[in-house]
Amino acid sequence: MMGPSAYLILSGILFAIGAIGVVARKNALIILMSVELMLNGVNVAFVAVGSYMGDPTGGIFAFMVMTVAAAEAAVGLSILIAIYRLKETIDITELSVLKW
Amino acid sequence: MVSALSNIHEYLWLILAFPLAGVVLNGIIALVAERPLLLPADGHGHDDHGGHGDAHGGHHETPAYRKLVAFIAPGMIFAAFVVAVLSVLQLTRMPAEARTVVQTLFPWIQAGGLSVSVALQLDPLSSVMILVVTGVGFLIHVYSVGYMSHEPAFARFFFYLNLFMFSMLTLVLGSSYLLMFVGWEGVGLCSYLLIGFWYEKDSASTAGKKAFVVNRVGDFGFLLAMFLVFWNFGTLNYTDVMAKIPSLQHSGILTTGLATAITLLMFVGATGKSAQIPLYVWLPDAMEGPTPVSALIHAATMVTAGVYMVARSNALFMLAPFTMGTVAVIGAATAIFAASMGICQKDIKRVLAYSTVSQLGYMFLACGVGAFGAGIFHLMTHAFFKALLFLGSGSVIHAMSGEQDMMKMGSLRKHTPITFWTMFIGTLAIAGIPGLAGFFSKDEILWRAFSSDHGSPFLWAVAAVAAGTTAFYMFRLIFLTFFGASRMDKEVEKHVHESPFSMTIPLMVLAALSICGGWLGIPAALGGSNYFEKWLEPIFEGGHKAAEAATEAIGHGAMAHHDPMEFILMGASVAVALFGIAIAYYLYMVRPEKPAKIAEGNPNLYRLVYNKYFVDELYEWLIIRRIVDWSIWLWQMFDVQFIDAIVNGVAKTVRSAGDETRKIQTGVVGNYAFSILLGAVFIVGYLIWR
Repeated sequence: MMGPSAYLILSGILFAIGAIGVVARKNALIILMSVELMLNGVNVAFVAVGSYMGDPTGGIFAFMVMTVAAAEAAVGLSILIAIYRLKETIDITELSVLKW
Repeated sequence: MVSALSNIHEYLWLILAFPLAGVVLNGIIALVAERPLLLPADGHGHDDHGGHGDAHGGHHETPAYRKLVAFIAPGMIFAAFVVAVLSVLQLTRMPAEARTVVQTLFPWIQAGGLSVSVALQLDPLSSVMILVVTGVGFLIHVYSVGYMSHEPAFARFFFYLNLFMFSMLTLVLGSSYLLMFVGWEGVGLCSYLLIGFWYEKDSASTAGKKAFVVNRVGDFGFLLAMFLVFWNFGTLNYTDVMAKIPSLQHSGILTTGLATAITLLMFVGATGKSAQIPLYVWLPDAMEGPTPVSALIHAATMVTAGVYMVARSNALFMLAPFTMGTVAVIGAATAIFAASMGICQKDIKRVLAYSTVSQLGYMFLACGVGAFGAGIFHLMTHAFFKALLFLGSGSVIHAMSGEQDMMKMGSLRKHTPITFWTMFIGTLAIAGIPGLAGFFSKDEILWRAFSSDHGSPFLWAVAAVAAGTTAFYMFRLIFLTFFGASRMDKEVEKHVHESPFSMTIPLMVLAALSICGGWLGIPAALGGSNYFEKWLEPIFEGGHKAAEAATEAIGHGAMAHHDPMEFILMGASVAVALFGIAIAYYLYMVRPEKPAKIAEGNPNLYRLVYNKYFVDELYEWLIIRRIVDWSIWLWQMFDVQFIDAIVNGVAKTVRSAGDETRKIQTGVVGNYAFSILLGAVFIVGYLIWR
């Protein structure tokens, strides 16, 4: 039985890909998806460490994160639809009214 | 009741409390009843119903609040006068050495070594002052009720007047220099308020400001003197300061130099308040105030505060021969200088104003030659006859419907007999006609100026010439106003009338005092007992003792014995006064066309004197212009280019920094996400590798 390091590395890679997606992409839909990726990367770490420690708390937190992620996806997508109806774009570089 | 009376000194505070009650009551009435007057005239038009009822022609009933004010204001002063009289009567029954009563009311300032209580001190000196202030003050309050009867701001006037009485009584009754200073500033404020009472008039508000600013110059000196006293004596109470003089002299702290510095600075304060050279310029302008104010503040009481201060500090002054010389010379110079300015004035009140400056000069001359008692004596008699003369001139102005130019008067004797006779008595008193009040006090000063250790024949000669000049310009005033042909406007002449009883009765009382007031101090040479001087002796003997300890020299043996010189000088001063009267009679009664010719014959001299030696212009050019120029420089150079530049520079820097840094806020969510990520990485990195 190997340690949680492989899971943690996987978790880190998923998180990093998600983070890069959030920072680098312009399409708001892709960004939302990247956020999901980051959350799930964290979930992997939670479950792995929880299992390794024999503590169910990690799994419980993973469920918690999934719940929040679901809600977030619903709210996020509704906002995106509203924005699209208003501006006919979801390119975040063009949605920059709140600036200096 | 008997027990209360037997211990009247427990109730000294009532002398202050009564005027203060008047201040509060009249202040409330002024605020409530005269509020419309305080609002801008174009407000809502209720001005028309407020005070200017007379303007509509109909004779209105006196409003109830005015009757109330007319009762409260003089009534409170009368109550204070009664308490003062009872207190002084009890003081006379005490042994001479024990005649200093100090009543501590409450502790005021406790800070480090400084401990000041609000305490009142009744001794022979302050007893004279409170009697003069409350007595003359009461008469002037009664007079004011009549004089100001047409004034819309009736309650406001008496509010100020009562406030003045309270401040003045604080000044003379306080037991320490600090309390004196409180009163000193209080009377200065009231003087300002009352000179500028008719503040809509530009000249009045300017004169008020001038008085205040000039007084501030003097107050600065007084303040510094107080600092010096506290620094070296550790206390500001009169009794403690006087008690410490011998020991401090002994230990070498109180040197002649220190005494000179303290007393000179005090005298600077006195020149401001008591209108001496070089700070006298505000007093003639102060005549812009209502006439009762001129009588009360600018003749009888406030302007004598400087004399009181010098007399109160006599023990210190006696240690500083240089200051004594300065006081005497300034006093004598002011006496003659101001008297000469009075000769050519056409405004009846201005003549009296210069006369006041001149008479105050006499008081300082007396103090300067060490005759503090004579100075206070003259202070008292002057309060009687000068208040009388001012109130008389007010009665004349009242009769003339506001005209103050003597060139437009004449023959008023027939129309206003009471005013004429009382003013005539006052004039005789100030001219120094034997038997009247002014004679005894002025002659005492002249004699002491000649005979005292500090005096000299020169000082006597100057003062005697000033006395002659005084007699001349006062009789000029009488002749121009009451005698000769009428030069009045026809319209004014129709309305000329004697003043109401509320005004003439104070005149008569003051006339009686101007006759009898001097009898308290009939000199020994004339067979009198000079009760007044004896009464004040406990106050002033300390100073003489201290001076003797300092000089180790001859005592004051030259004072008591009968010197034939005294009679000769007395005769001389009477002769000089009669000579002045004779010239006035010749110029203004026998040959009324002559003065104009003399003026034409010496146009330059006349211009010089008529324009008061251009002193105001000189000050304007020498001091005021300089200060204004300097202020402008400070404003344009220092303030705008330095201070403002710093402030604006800071603002500009912040602003341009903001201009640049705000561009961080791009509005692109990705950038924000990136900075959040970066921050998270840094924090985590720090937590890992710290």
